[in-house]
Amino acid sequence: MLIFRHEDGAKVASPEQLQTWMKQTMDWVGGIAAQNKLVGKNGLLFDDAHVVRHRGVVTNGPFGEIKETIGGYIIVKAESVEEAIAFAKGSPVLQGEGNTVEVRKVYKR
Amino acid sequence: MEEQDLIPHLFRTEYRKIISVLCRHFGFEQMETAEDIVGDTFLAAAQTWGIKGPPKNPAAWLYHVAKNKARNLLQRDQVFRLKVTPAVRAAASESGGPGAPNTPAQSIDAEIDLSPAGIEDSQLQMMFAICTPLLPAESQIGLSLRILCGFGIEEIAAAFLTNKETINKRLFRAKEKLREAAVRIEMPSASELDHRLPAVLTTIYLLFNEGYYSESSDDVLRKELCIEALRLCHMLSDNPVTNTPAVDALLALMCFHASRFDARIDRHGDIVLYAYQDTNRWNTDLIAKGIDYLHRAARGDTLTKYHLEAGIAYWSTQKEDTAEKWEQTLQYYNLLLQLEYSPVAALNRTYALAKARGVQEAIVQAEKLQLTDNPFYFALLGELYTDIDNSKAMSHFGRAMALARTNADKQLMQKKIARLG
Repeated sequence: MLIFRHEDGAKVASPEQLQTWMKQTMDWVGGIAAQNKLVGKNGLLFDDAHVVRHRGVVTNGPFGEIKETIGGYIIVKAESVEEAIAFAKGSPVLQGEGNTVEVRKVYKR
Repeated sequence: MEEQDLIPHLFRTEYRKIISVLCRHFGFEQMETAEDIVGDTFLAAAQTWGIKGPPKNPAAWLYHVAKNKARNLLQRDQVFRLKVTPAVRAAASESGGPGAPNTPAQSIDAEIDLSPAGIEDSQLQMMFAICTPLLPAESQIGLSLRILCGFGIEEIAAAFLTNKETINKRLFRAKEKLREAAVRIEMPSASELDHRLPAVLTTIYLLFNEGYYSESSDDVLRKELCIEALRLCHMLSDNPVTNTPAVDALLALMCFHASRFDARIDRHGDIVLYAYQDTNRWNTDLIAKGIDYLHRAARGDTLTKYHLEAGIAYWSTQKEDTAEKWEQTLQYYNLLLQLEYSPVAALNRTYALAKARGVQEAIVQAEKLQLTDNPFYFALLGELYTDIDNSKAMSHFGRAMALARTNADKQLMQKKIARLG
Protein backbone atom coordinates (compact mmCIF):
# COMPACT_ATOMS: atom_id res chain seq x y z
CA MET A 1 0.00 0.00 0.00
CA LEU A 2 1.29 3.45 -0.91
CA ILE A 3 -0.01 6.09 1.49
CA PHE A 4 0.22 9.74 0.47
CA ARG A 5 1.07 12.20 3.24
CA HIS A 6 0.70 15.90 2.58
CA GLU A 7 2.51 18.42 4.66
CA ASP A 8 -0.27 20.98 4.68
CA GLY A 9 -3.71 19.82 3.68
CA ALA A 10 -5.22 23.27 3.94
CA LYS A 11 -2.98 24.75 1.29
CA VAL A 12 -5.14 25.62 -1.70
CA ALA A 13 -3.70 25.14 -5.15
CA SER A 14 -4.77 27.13 -8.20
CA PRO A 15 -7.25 25.49 -10.60
CA GLU A 16 -4.50 25.17 -13.20
CA GLN A 17 -2.17 23.53 -10.71
CA LEU A 18 -4.95 21.19 -9.62
CA GLN A 19 -5.67 20.24 -13.19
CA THR A 20 -2.05 19.50 -13.98
CA TRP A 21 -1.75 17.54 -10.78
CA MET A 22 -4.90 15.55 -11.61
CA LYS A 23 -3.57 14.67 -15.06
CA GLN A 24 -0.23 13.59 -13.67
CA THR A 25 -1.90 11.46 -11.03
CA MET A 26 -4.18 9.87 -13.62
CA ASP A 27 -1.19 9.10 -15.85
CA TRP A 28 0.73 7.65 -12.92
CA VAL A 29 -2.13 5.41 -11.77
CA GLY A 30 -3.00 4.54 -15.37
CA GLY A 31 0.60 3.45 -15.93
CA ILE A 32 0.43 1.09 -12.95
CA ALA A 33 -2.97 -0.21 -14.07
CA ALA A 34 -1.58 -0.77 -17.59
CA GLN A 35 0.90 -3.21 -16.04
CA ASN A 36 -2.05 -4.98 -14.41
CA LYS A 37 -0.55 -4.15 -11.02
CA LEU A 38 -3.23 -1.91 -9.54
CA VAL A 39 -5.36 -3.49 -6.83
CA GLY A 40 -7.31 -0.51 -5.51
CA LYS A 41 -7.14 3.15 -4.71
CA ASN A 42 -8.98 5.90 -2.96
CA GLY A 43 -8.69 9.59 -2.30
CA LEU A 44 -9.69 11.16 0.98
CA LEU A 45 -11.81 14.31 1.17
CA PHE A 46 -11.39 17.13 3.64
CA ASP A 47 -15.15 17.82 3.74
CA ASP A 48 -16.53 16.89 7.15
CA ALA A 49 -13.12 15.79 8.37
CA HIS A 50 -12.86 15.43 12.14
CA VAL A 51 -10.33 14.21 14.62
CA VAL A 52 -11.48 12.24 17.65
CA ARG A 53 -9.08 12.48 20.59
CA HIS A 54 -8.41 10.99 23.95
CA ARG A 55 -11.41 11.25 26.30
CA GLY A 56 -13.78 11.74 23.40
CA VAL A 57 -12.68 15.21 22.43
CA VAL A 58 -13.75 15.90 18.84
CA THR A 59 -12.27 18.66 16.72
CA ASN A 60 -12.69 19.73 13.15
CA GLY A 61 -9.62 18.96 11.32
CA PRO A 62 -7.07 17.74 10.83
CA PHE A 63 -5.99 21.30 9.95
CA GLY A 64 -3.61 23.66 11.60
CA GLU A 65 -2.15 21.98 14.56
CA ILE A 66 -0.76 18.85 12.95
CA LYS A 67 1.95 18.92 10.38
CA GLU A 68 0.72 16.34 7.90
CA THR A 69 -2.46 14.69 6.70
CA ILE A 70 -3.21 11.60 4.69
CA GLY A 71 -4.50 12.44 1.21
CA GLY A 72 -5.22 8.99 -0.12
CA TYR A 73 -3.72 5.64 -0.94
CA ILE A 74 -3.33 3.11 -3.69
CA ILE A 75 -2.74 -0.61 -3.37
CA VAL A 76 -0.41 -2.19 -5.91
CA LYS A 77 0.70 -5.72 -6.71
CA ALA A 78 4.48 -5.64 -6.40
CA GLU A 79 6.92 -8.56 -6.67
CA SER A 80 9.24 -6.96 -4.15
CA VAL A 81 9.51 -3.98 -1.85
CA GLU A 82 11.93 -2.45 -4.38
CA GLU A 83 9.26 -2.57 -7.05
CA ALA A 84 6.76 -0.93 -4.69
CA ILE A 85 9.32 1.79 -3.91
CA ALA A 86 9.88 2.33 -7.63
CA PHE A 87 6.12 2.84 -8.08
CA ALA A 88 6.08 5.28 -5.15
CA LYS A 89 8.94 7.31 -6.64
CA GLY A 90 6.76 8.07 -9.67
CA SER A 91 3.97 9.58 -7.58
CA PRO A 92 3.17 13.23 -8.40
CA VAL A 93 2.50 13.74 -4.67
CA LEU A 94 6.26 13.93 -4.21
CA GLN A 95 6.42 17.18 -6.19
CA GLY A 96 5.37 18.90 -2.97
CA GLU A 97 8.56 19.36 -0.97
CA GLY A 98 7.30 18.18 2.43
CA ASN A 99 5.10 15.41 1.08
CA THR A 100 5.87 11.73 1.48
CA VAL A 101 4.66 8.40 0.19
CA GLU A 102 4.72 5.69 2.81
CA VAL A 103 5.20 2.14 1.47
CA ARG A 104 3.59 -0.57 3.58
CA LYS A 105 2.92 -4.25 3.11
CA VAL A 106 -0.77 -5.18 3.39
CA TYR A 107 -1.63 -8.03 5.73
CA LYS A 108 -2.72 -10.88 3.40
CA ARG A 109 -6.47 -10.95 2.95
CA MET B 1 -39.85 -7.83 -53.38
CA GLU B 2 -39.54 -10.81 -55.74
CA GLU B 3 -41.66 -13.77 -54.72
CA GLN B 4 -38.72 -16.16 -54.38
CA ASP B 5 -37.07 -13.77 -51.93
CA LEU B 6 -40.16 -13.42 -49.79
CA ILE B 7 -39.84 -16.56 -47.66
CA PRO B 8 -36.10 -16.19 -46.90
CA HIS B 9 -36.78 -12.58 -45.97
CA LEU B 10 -39.68 -13.54 -43.70
CA PHE B 11 -37.60 -16.31 -42.22
CA ARG B 12 -35.02 -13.73 -41.19
CA THR B 13 -37.54 -11.25 -39.74
CA GLU B 14 -40.30 -13.51 -38.39
CA TYR B 15 -38.64 -16.76 -37.29
CA ARG B 16 -37.05 -15.15 -34.25
CA LYS B 17 -40.32 -13.56 -33.18
CA ILE B 18 -42.43 -16.70 -33.42
CA ILE B 19 -39.79 -18.91 -31.81
CA SER B 20 -39.39 -16.59 -28.80
CA VAL B 21 -43.13 -16.41 -28.22
CA LEU B 22 -43.53 -20.18 -28.53
CA CYS B 23 -40.53 -20.90 -26.31
CA ARG B 24 -41.96 -18.63 -23.66
CA HIS B 25 -44.99 -20.90 -23.69
CA PHE B 26 -43.26 -24.26 -24.01
CA GLY B 27 -40.17 -23.50 -21.94
CA PHE B 28 -36.69 -24.85 -22.68
CA GLU B 29 -37.91 -28.39 -21.86
CA GLN B 30 -39.85 -28.43 -25.11
CA MET B 31 -37.77 -26.11 -27.16
CA GLU B 32 -37.47 -28.66 -29.98
CA THR B 33 -41.25 -28.76 -30.18
CA ALA B 34 -41.31 -25.00 -30.62
CA GLU B 35 -38.60 -25.20 -33.29
CA ASP B 36 -40.53 -27.94 -35.10
CA ILE B 37 -43.69 -25.85 -35.12
CA VAL B 38 -41.94 -22.84 -36.62
CA GLY B 39 -40.14 -25.06 -39.13
CA ASP B 40 -43.45 -26.69 -40.15
CA THR B 41 -45.07 -23.28 -40.45
CA PHE B 42 -42.48 -22.06 -42.95
CA LEU B 43 -42.71 -25.35 -44.84
CA ALA B 44 -46.49 -24.92 -45.07
CA ALA B 45 -45.96 -21.37 -46.31
CA ALA B 46 -43.59 -22.54 -49.04
CA GLN B 47 -46.04 -25.20 -50.18
CA THR B 48 -49.22 -23.15 -50.01
CA TRP B 49 -47.86 -19.88 -51.36
CA GLY B 50 -46.11 -21.70 -54.18
CA ILE B 51 -49.51 -22.80 -55.51
CA LYS B 52 -51.85 -20.00 -54.47
CA GLY B 53 -49.44 -17.09 -54.34
CA PRO B 54 -48.56 -15.32 -51.08
CA PRO B 55 -51.35 -13.93 -48.89
CA LYS B 56 -51.94 -10.20 -48.44
CA ASN B 57 -50.33 -10.12 -45.04
CA PRO B 58 -47.71 -12.90 -45.04
CA ALA B 59 -46.49 -12.27 -41.46
CA ALA B 60 -50.02 -12.48 -40.05
CA TRP B 61 -50.53 -15.70 -42.03
CA LEU B 62 -47.42 -17.20 -40.43
CA TYR B 63 -48.52 -16.15 -36.93
CA HIS B 64 -51.95 -17.64 -37.50
CA VAL B 65 -50.65 -20.97 -38.76
CA ALA B 66 -48.00 -21.25 -36.03
CA LYS B 67 -50.59 -20.53 -33.39
CA ASN B 68 -52.96 -23.17 -34.81
CA LYS B 69 -50.22 -25.76 -34.90
CA ALA B 70 -49.31 -24.96 -31.29
CA ARG B 71 -52.94 -25.08 -30.26
CA ASN B 72 -53.51 -28.49 -31.87
CA LEU B 73 -50.42 -29.85 -30.22
CA LEU B 74 -51.32 -28.52 -26.80
CA GLN B 75 -54.84 -29.87 -27.09
CA ARG B 76 -53.51 -33.29 -27.97
CA ASP B 77 -51.18 -33.01 -25.00
CA GLN B 78 -54.00 -32.03 -22.75
CA VAL B 79 -56.19 -34.92 -23.84
CA PHE B 80 -53.26 -37.19 -23.17
CA ARG B 81 -52.59 -35.73 -19.77
CA LEU B 82 -56.16 -35.54 -18.56
CA LYS B 83 -57.67 -38.69 -20.05
CA VAL B 84 -55.11 -41.15 -21.36
CA THR B 85 -52.50 -40.94 -18.60
CA PRO B 86 -54.95 -41.37 -15.67
CA ALA B 87 -56.62 -44.27 -17.47
CA VAL B 88 -53.30 -45.97 -18.03
CA ARG B 89 -52.25 -45.32 -14.44
CA ALA B 90 -55.53 -46.63 -13.07
CA ALA B 91 -55.21 -49.77 -15.10
CA ALA B 92 -51.59 -50.29 -14.11
CA SER B 93 -51.98 -49.94 -10.37
CA GLU B 94 -54.87 -49.83 -7.98
CA SER B 95 -52.57 -48.80 -5.16
CA GLY B 96 -53.45 -45.11 -5.45
CA GLY B 97 -50.34 -43.53 -6.93
CA PRO B 98 -50.35 -39.83 -7.56
CA GLY B 99 -53.09 -38.92 -9.96
CA ALA B 100 -52.56 -36.70 -12.95
CA PRO B 101 -52.55 -33.02 -12.11
CA ASN B 102 -55.93 -31.64 -12.88
CA THR B 103 -54.77 -28.70 -14.95
CA PRO B 104 -57.56 -26.40 -15.95
CA ALA B 105 -57.84 -25.94 -19.67
CA GLN B 106 -55.50 -23.05 -20.49
CA SER B 107 -56.43 -20.21 -22.67
CA ILE B 108 -53.93 -20.80 -25.41
CA ASP B 109 -54.83 -17.65 -27.28
CA ALA B 110 -53.96 -15.51 -24.30
CA GLU B 111 -50.64 -17.25 -23.73
CA ILE B 112 -49.32 -17.45 -27.26
CA ASP B 113 -49.26 -13.73 -27.65
CA LEU B 114 -48.03 -12.71 -31.09
CA SER B 115 -48.96 -9.07 -30.71
CA PRO B 116 -46.06 -6.58 -31.10
CA ALA B 117 -45.88 -6.15 -27.33
CA GLY B 118 -46.04 -9.90 -26.75
CA ILE B 119 -43.26 -10.48 -29.27
CA GLU B 120 -41.04 -7.81 -27.74
CA ASP B 121 -41.52 -9.15 -24.21
CA SER B 122 -40.75 -12.69 -25.36
CA GLN B 123 -37.58 -11.62 -27.13
CA LEU B 124 -36.32 -9.66 -24.13
CA GLN B 125 -37.06 -12.56 -21.81
CA MET B 126 -35.30 -14.92 -24.16
CA MET B 127 -32.30 -12.60 -24.23
CA PHE B 128 -31.94 -12.78 -20.46
CA ALA B 129 -32.45 -16.55 -20.46
CA ILE B 130 -29.77 -17.21 -23.09
CA CYS B 131 -27.24 -14.82 -21.58
CA THR B 132 -26.74 -16.91 -18.49
CA PRO B 133 -23.26 -17.37 -17.10
CA LEU B 134 -24.04 -21.11 -17.13
CA LEU B 135 -23.24 -21.16 -20.84
CA PRO B 136 -19.83 -20.46 -22.37
CA ALA B 137 -19.72 -17.26 -24.43
CA GLU B 138 -19.58 -19.03 -27.79
CA SER B 139 -22.77 -20.94 -26.94
CA GLN B 140 -24.50 -17.76 -25.83
CA ILE B 141 -23.60 -16.12 -29.13
CA GLY B 142 -24.58 -19.21 -31.13
CA LEU B 143 -27.97 -19.49 -29.44
CA SER B 144 -28.52 -15.74 -29.76
CA LEU B 145 -27.87 -15.93 -33.48
CA ARG B 146 -30.21 -18.90 -33.85
CA ILE B 147 -33.10 -17.87 -31.61
CA LEU B 148 -32.87 -14.09 -31.31
CA CYS B 149 -31.61 -13.35 -34.81
CA GLY B 150 -33.08 -16.23 -36.84
CA PHE B 151 -29.76 -17.23 -38.43
CA GLY B 152 -29.48 -20.58 -40.15
CA ILE B 153 -27.00 -23.18 -38.85
CA GLU B 154 -24.90 -22.73 -41.99
CA GLU B 155 -24.63 -18.97 -41.46
CA ILE B 156 -23.64 -19.42 -37.82
CA ALA B 157 -21.00 -21.95 -38.89
CA ALA B 158 -19.65 -19.46 -41.45
CA ALA B 159 -19.53 -16.69 -38.84
CA PHE B 160 -17.51 -18.90 -36.49
CA LEU B 161 -15.37 -20.28 -39.34
CA THR B 162 -16.39 -23.82 -38.54
CA ASN B 163 -18.75 -26.50 -39.88
CA LYS B 164 -22.45 -27.24 -39.38
CA GLU B 165 -21.82 -30.30 -37.22
CA THR B 166 -19.81 -28.31 -34.70
CA ILE B 167 -22.51 -25.67 -34.44
CA ASN B 168 -25.30 -28.24 -34.19
CA LYS B 169 -23.45 -30.01 -31.38
CA ARG B 170 -22.72 -26.73 -29.61
CA LEU B 171 -26.36 -25.62 -29.75
CA PHE B 172 -27.58 -29.04 -28.70
CA ARG B 173 -25.35 -29.04 -25.62
CA ALA B 174 -26.35 -25.49 -24.80
CA LYS B 175 -30.06 -26.31 -24.91
CA GLU B 176 -29.47 -29.38 -22.80
CA LYS B 177 -27.74 -27.26 -20.20
CA LEU B 178 -30.59 -24.74 -20.15
CA ARG B 179 -33.01 -27.63 -19.60
CA GLU B 180 -30.95 -29.27 -16.87
CA ALA B 181 -30.52 -26.01 -15.00
CA ALA B 182 -34.25 -25.32 -15.46
CA VAL B 183 -33.49 -21.81 -16.70
CA ARG B 184 -36.77 -19.96 -16.91
CA ILE B 185 -37.74 -17.67 -19.75
CA GLU B 186 -38.78 -14.60 -17.83
CA MET B 187 -37.71 -11.04 -17.10
CA PRO B 188 -35.48 -10.68 -14.07
CA SER B 189 -37.06 -8.73 -11.23
CA ALA B 190 -36.15 -5.06 -10.84
CA SER B 191 -33.75 -5.94 -8.03
CA GLU B 192 -32.05 -8.64 -10.11
CA LEU B 193 -31.80 -6.56 -13.25
CA ASP B 194 -28.60 -4.79 -12.22
CA HIS B 195 -26.60 -7.97 -11.96
CA ARG B 196 -28.24 -9.80 -14.87
CA LEU B 197 -27.94 -7.00 -17.43
CA PRO B 198 -24.11 -6.98 -17.64
CA ALA B 199 -24.11 -10.57 -18.97
CA VAL B 200 -26.60 -9.59 -21.67
CA LEU B 201 -24.51 -6.57 -22.65
CA THR B 202 -21.36 -8.69 -22.75
CA THR B 203 -23.00 -11.14 -25.15
CA ILE B 204 -24.28 -8.34 -27.38
CA TYR B 205 -20.82 -6.75 -27.47
CA LEU B 206 -19.20 -10.12 -28.26
CA LEU B 207 -21.71 -10.65 -31.04
CA PHE B 208 -20.81 -7.24 -32.43
CA ASN B 209 -17.08 -7.94 -32.20
CA GLU B 210 -17.56 -11.32 -33.84
CA GLY B 211 -18.87 -9.40 -36.84
CA TYR B 212 -16.46 -6.48 -36.62
CA TYR B 213 -13.21 -8.39 -36.15
CA SER B 214 -14.07 -11.80 -37.62
CA GLU B 215 -11.61 -13.24 -40.13
CA SER B 216 -14.51 -14.53 -42.17
CA SER B 217 -14.26 -13.21 -45.71
CA ASP B 218 -18.04 -12.91 -45.99
CA ASP B 219 -18.55 -9.16 -45.63
CA VAL B 220 -22.32 -9.27 -45.86
CA LEU B 221 -22.57 -11.82 -43.09
CA ARG B 222 -20.12 -9.96 -40.86
CA LYS B 223 -22.02 -6.75 -41.29
CA GLU B 224 -25.24 -8.53 -40.43
CA LEU B 225 -23.78 -9.71 -37.13
CA CYS B 226 -23.02 -6.08 -36.27
CA ILE B 227 -26.50 -4.97 -37.30
CA GLU B 228 -28.07 -7.72 -35.19
CA ALA B 229 -26.04 -6.69 -32.15
CA LEU B 230 -27.23 -3.11 -32.66
CA ARG B 231 -30.82 -4.30 -33.03
CA LEU B 232 -30.74 -6.31 -29.79
CA CYS B 233 -29.20 -3.38 -27.95
CA HIS B 234 -31.88 -1.08 -29.40
CA MET B 235 -34.53 -3.39 -27.96
CA LEU B 236 -33.01 -2.98 -24.50
CA SER B 237 -32.71 0.77 -24.95
CA ASP B 238 -36.31 1.15 -26.15
CA ASN B 239 -37.77 -0.76 -23.22
CA PRO B 240 -38.29 1.36 -20.08
CA VAL B 241 -37.37 -1.54 -17.78
CA THR B 242 -34.03 -2.31 -19.39
CA ASN B 243 -33.07 1.17 -20.53
CA THR B 244 -30.04 1.90 -18.34
CA PRO B 245 -27.14 4.31 -19.00
CA ALA B 246 -24.88 1.31 -19.68
CA VAL B 247 -27.22 0.13 -22.46
CA ASP B 248 -27.10 3.54 -24.15
CA ALA B 249 -23.32 3.69 -23.70
CA LEU B 250 -22.91 0.31 -25.42
CA LEU B 251 -25.24 1.45 -28.19
CA ALA B 252 -23.16 4.61 -28.67
CA LEU B 253 -19.95 2.57 -28.71
CA MET B 254 -21.26 0.19 -31.37
CA CYS B 255 -22.62 3.07 -33.49
CA PHE B 256 -19.19 4.73 -33.49
CA HIS B 257 -17.42 1.52 -34.48
CA ALA B 258 -20.03 0.59 -37.08
CA SER B 259 -19.63 4.01 -38.71
CA ARG B 260 -16.30 2.82 -40.11
CA PHE B 261 -17.53 -0.55 -41.29
CA ASP B 262 -17.48 0.27 -45.02
CA ALA B 263 -14.26 2.26 -44.89
CA ARG B 264 -12.43 -0.63 -43.20
CA ILE B 265 -12.62 -2.88 -46.22
CA ASP B 266 -11.33 -2.09 -49.69
CA ARG B 267 -12.58 -3.33 -53.05
CA HIS B 268 -10.58 -6.54 -52.73
CA GLY B 269 -11.98 -7.30 -49.30
CA ASP B 270 -8.72 -6.41 -47.52
CA ILE B 271 -8.68 -4.57 -44.22
CA VAL B 272 -7.83 -0.87 -44.49
CA LEU B 273 -6.07 0.46 -41.40
CA TYR B 274 -7.53 3.45 -39.60
CA ALA B 275 -4.81 5.85 -40.76
CA TYR B 276 -5.46 5.03 -44.42
CA GLN B 277 -9.25 5.06 -44.34
CA ASP B 278 -11.21 7.35 -46.63
CA THR B 279 -13.18 9.48 -44.19
CA ASN B 280 -15.79 10.13 -46.89
CA ARG B 281 -16.79 6.53 -46.41
CA TRP B 282 -17.40 6.96 -42.69
CA ASN B 283 -21.11 6.84 -41.94
CA THR B 284 -21.97 10.26 -40.50
CA ASP B 285 -25.53 9.20 -39.60
CA LEU B 286 -24.20 6.50 -37.30
CA ILE B 287 -21.69 8.92 -35.78
CA ALA B 288 -24.51 11.39 -35.05
CA LYS B 289 -26.61 8.61 -33.54
CA GLY B 290 -23.67 7.53 -31.41
CA ILE B 291 -23.23 11.05 -30.07
CA ASP B 292 -26.92 11.17 -29.26
CA TYR B 293 -26.80 7.90 -27.31
CA LEU B 294 -23.62 8.96 -25.56
CA HIS B 295 -25.43 12.07 -24.30
CA ARG B 296 -28.28 9.91 -23.05
CA ALA B 297 -25.81 7.54 -21.37
CA ALA B 298 -24.44 10.47 -19.35
CA ARG B 299 -27.51 10.63 -17.11
CA GLY B 300 -27.14 9.42 -13.53
CA ASP B 301 -23.78 8.76 -11.94
CA THR B 302 -22.86 5.33 -13.30
CA LEU B 303 -19.62 5.10 -15.21
CA THR B 304 -19.25 1.74 -16.90
CA LYS B 305 -16.51 0.45 -19.18
CA TYR B 306 -18.95 1.00 -22.05
CA HIS B 307 -19.06 4.73 -21.23
CA LEU B 308 -15.28 4.90 -21.34
CA GLU B 309 -14.96 2.79 -24.48
CA ALA B 310 -17.67 4.90 -26.14
CA GLY B 311 -15.72 8.03 -25.18
CA ILE B 312 -12.60 6.58 -26.79
CA ALA B 313 -14.60 5.47 -29.83
CA TYR B 314 -16.06 8.97 -30.14
CA TRP B 315 -12.57 10.47 -30.43
CA SER B 316 -11.72 7.86 -33.07
CA THR B 317 -14.47 9.36 -35.22
CA GLN B 318 -12.54 12.66 -35.15
CA LYS B 319 -9.79 12.02 -37.64
CA GLU B 320 -7.80 15.18 -37.00
CA ASP B 321 -4.89 14.79 -34.55
CA THR B 322 -5.60 17.41 -31.90
CA ALA B 323 -4.08 17.74 -28.45
CA GLU B 324 -7.55 17.42 -26.96
CA LYS B 325 -8.28 14.19 -28.84
CA TRP B 326 -5.24 12.42 -27.44
CA GLU B 327 -5.48 13.92 -23.96
CA GLN B 328 -9.10 12.74 -23.66
CA THR B 329 -8.33 9.37 -25.18
CA LEU B 330 -5.45 8.86 -22.76
CA GLN B 331 -7.56 9.80 -19.75
CA TYR B 332 -10.37 7.44 -20.82
CA TYR B 333 -7.82 4.64 -21.09
CA ASN B 334 -6.38 5.53 -17.68
CA LEU B 335 -9.86 5.14 -16.17
CA LEU B 336 -10.74 2.08 -18.24
CA LEU B 337 -7.64 0.23 -17.03
CA GLN B 338 -8.49 1.02 -13.43
CA LEU B 339 -11.97 -0.40 -13.96
CA GLU B 340 -10.88 -3.49 -15.87
CA TYR B 341 -7.44 -4.47 -17.08
CA SER B 342 -7.00 -5.91 -20.54
CA PRO B 343 -3.81 -6.22 -22.62
CA VAL B 344 -5.51 -4.46 -25.56
CA ALA B 345 -6.41 -1.48 -23.40
CA ALA B 346 -2.87 -1.39 -21.98
CA LEU B 347 -1.38 -1.31 -25.49
CA ASN B 348 -3.82 1.29 -26.78
CA ARG B 349 -3.23 3.44 -23.72
CA THR B 350 0.48 3.40 -24.46
CA TYR B 351 -0.18 4.50 -28.03
CA ALA B 352 -2.35 7.38 -26.74
CA LEU B 353 0.43 8.22 -24.28
CA ALA B 354 2.89 8.55 -27.16
CA LYS B 355 0.51 10.95 -28.89
CA ALA B 356 -0.28 12.98 -25.76
CA ARG B 357 3.04 12.93 -23.87
CA GLY B 358 5.62 12.08 -26.48
CA VAL B 359 7.26 8.91 -27.76
CA GLN B 360 10.11 8.85 -25.22
CA GLU B 361 7.77 8.57 -22.25
CA ALA B 362 5.64 6.01 -24.09
CA ILE B 363 8.72 3.85 -24.75
CA VAL B 364 9.62 3.84 -21.05
CA GLN B 365 6.08 2.75 -20.16
CA ALA B 366 5.81 0.27 -23.04
CA GLU B 367 8.97 -1.54 -21.93
CA LYS B 368 7.31 -2.15 -18.55
CA LEU B 369 4.23 -3.87 -20.00
CA GLN B 370 6.14 -7.07 -20.86
CA LEU B 371 3.31 -8.62 -22.86
CA THR B 372 5.88 -10.84 -24.53
CA ASP B 373 3.47 -13.39 -26.01
CA ASN B 374 1.36 -10.72 -27.68
CA PRO B 375 2.21 -9.85 -31.31
CA PHE B 376 0.59 -6.42 -30.97
CA TYR B 377 2.95 -5.61 -28.11
CA PHE B 378 5.94 -5.93 -30.41
CA ALA B 379 4.09 -4.16 -33.21
CA LEU B 380 3.57 -1.23 -30.83
CA LEU B 381 7.21 -1.23 -29.74
CA GLY B 382 8.25 -1.34 -33.40
CA GLU B 383 6.01 1.62 -34.12
CA LEU B 384 7.38 3.63 -31.16
CA TYR B 385 11.03 2.93 -32.04
CA THR B 386 10.55 3.81 -35.71
CA ASP B 387 12.76 6.85 -36.55
CA ILE B 388 14.24 6.72 -33.03
CA ASP B 389 16.14 3.46 -33.25
CA ASN B 390 15.31 1.75 -36.53
CA SER B 391 17.31 -1.41 -35.86
CA LYS B 392 15.35 -1.94 -32.64
CA ALA B 393 12.14 -1.15 -34.50
CA MET B 394 12.99 -3.82 -37.09
CA SER B 395 13.71 -6.49 -34.53
CA HIS B 396 10.41 -5.72 -32.73
CA PHE B 397 8.46 -5.92 -35.99
CA GLY B 398 10.25 -9.23 -36.61
CA ARG B 399 9.08 -10.67 -33.31
CA ALA B 400 5.56 -9.35 -34.01
CA MET B 401 5.62 -11.14 -37.36
CA ALA B 402 6.75 -14.41 -35.75
CA LEU B 403 3.91 -14.23 -33.23
CA ALA B 404 1.21 -12.98 -35.61
CA ARG B 405 -1.87 -15.18 -35.72
CA THR B 406 -3.24 -14.22 -39.13
CA ASN B 407 -1.68 -13.92 -42.56
CA ALA B 408 -2.95 -10.37 -42.88
CA ASP B 409 -1.06 -9.39 -39.70
CA LYS B 410 2.10 -11.18 -40.87
CA GLN B 411 2.00 -9.34 -44.19
CA LEU B 412 1.47 -6.03 -42.45
CA MET B 413 4.58 -6.57 -40.31
CA GLN B 414 6.55 -7.61 -43.37
CA LYS B 415 5.61 -4.32 -45.03
CA LYS B 416 6.75 -2.36 -41.97
CA ILE B 417 10.12 -4.15 -41.98
CA ALA B 418 10.54 -3.61 -45.73
CA ARG B 419 9.90 0.11 -45.31
CA LEU B 420 12.64 0.39 -42.67
CA GLY B 421 15.19 -1.79 -44.47
